Amino acid sequence: MLALARTVVHRDLLLALRRRSDVGTALLFFVIVASLFPLGVGAEPNLLRAIAPGVIWVAALLSSMLSLGRLFAADYADGTLEQMLLAAAPLGVVVAAKTFAHWLVSGLPLVAIAPLIALQYDLAPGLYGVLALSLLLGTPVLSLIGAIGAALTLGLRGGGVLLALLVLPLYVPVLILGAGAVEMAGAGLDPEGELLLLGAALVVAAAFSPWAIAAALRISME
Amino acid sequence: MLEAAELECERGARTLFRGVSFVLRPGELLRVAGANGSGKTSLLRILCGLSRPSAGEVRWNGQPIAGIKEDYARELVYIGHAPAVKDDLTPRENLEISCRLAGRPASALALAAALERLRVPELPVRKLSQGQRRRAALARLLVSETPLWLLDEPFATLDAEGISLVDGLMGKQVDGGGAVVYTTHQEAGSRSTRVVDLGAGA
Repeated sequence: MLALARTVVHRDLLLALRRRSDVGTALLFFVIVASLFPLGVGAEPNLLRAIAPGVIWVAALLSSMLSLGRLFAADYADGTLEQMLLAAAPLGVVVAAKTFAHWLVSGLPLVAIAPLIALQYDLAPGLYGVLALSLLLGTPVLSLIGAIGAALTLGLRGGGVLLALLVLPLYVPVLILGAGAVEMAGAGLDPEGELLLLGAALVVAAAFSPWAIAAALRISME
Repeated sequence: MLEAAELECERGARTLFRGVSFVLRPGELLRVAGANGSGKTSLLRILCGLSRPSAGEVRWNGQPIAGIKEDYARELVYIGHAPAVKDDLTPRENLEISCRLAGRPASALALAAALERLRVPELPVRKLSQGQRRRAALARLLVSETPLWLLDEPFATLDAEGISLVDGLMGKQVDGGGAVVYTTHQEAGSRSTRVVDLGAGA
């Protein structure tokens, strides 16, 4: 079963490697959205510092949503998703591996690049760690929740907009906790509570959403 | 080994077929016939467990397939309408991944031999013709040693040589004690075949 999960992760990473532009666009989107705010609201350092956690988190959220459409759509179109439903392991394992691979190429780069964006906002260097950690815990939750939406809207016309309407409200708790952790740390308080809650959200999402994704996929593929 | 009992399939408000029953024994070849829209593909999807029948059930060695999902999936090869090969991978990579997904990893030698036999060039699938894609998908038949094959239009887009090759493969599978269910419009296939006719369609 683990060997099969490894095959799926390997396959999706290989496909991402062959289609580097797809991965690049989501990352570039994150950088551009996050860079628009200082241009729009002006270069007042105190204001920028205050909005930084929220803006970076919202940008990460939008970018993660942008790449969700690709998670199942291509495999659905060429029939490989059907074959995954007939794989020798439970579908939950297959989709968990797929979602993990998706996070590796769409979530993890955000974690790595976020401190660079934070520099634009003159965020205190001491907060880079908290920001990166909150994203490291939060972005997998975004991928896991988003994958349920992606599976449900698979094959629908105008599925992209519906996906956003479906998934964005569910992202709210993650956004509040993630941005909240950075704000707490900025105010000199201990962000441990928010980070622990994010961690808990990750554990719950990782345990339950693969089965929800699998059930949604089975419905969409009927 | 495979048993279909009173299968019924509804699409929206209309009923595609009703009361389809058959028993498939080892060494048998079953052709699903019927006009366009009569539900041939739907029947195959029900047989492999991708969709559920609105009534009736499919049994594998006496057990309903709904209860033995992965164990049943391991016993079959399903080749659907879409060739299920990724454009960005080579036929070799595609074949290796599908073997691993099916829980039956194949040796590099077996993979190369299968593609060689079907004369699929080792280029990214993007650069292959429709017929060559079909061949790349059908290469799975050469490496998988499963007792049951479910093939949806296996002869579509193939040339005469390809058709006789696939026909030969199906014959070998049946002679080896396996079973094949396939759909086709053509009267292809030289062997004695049982037919399930779904009629003219709704």
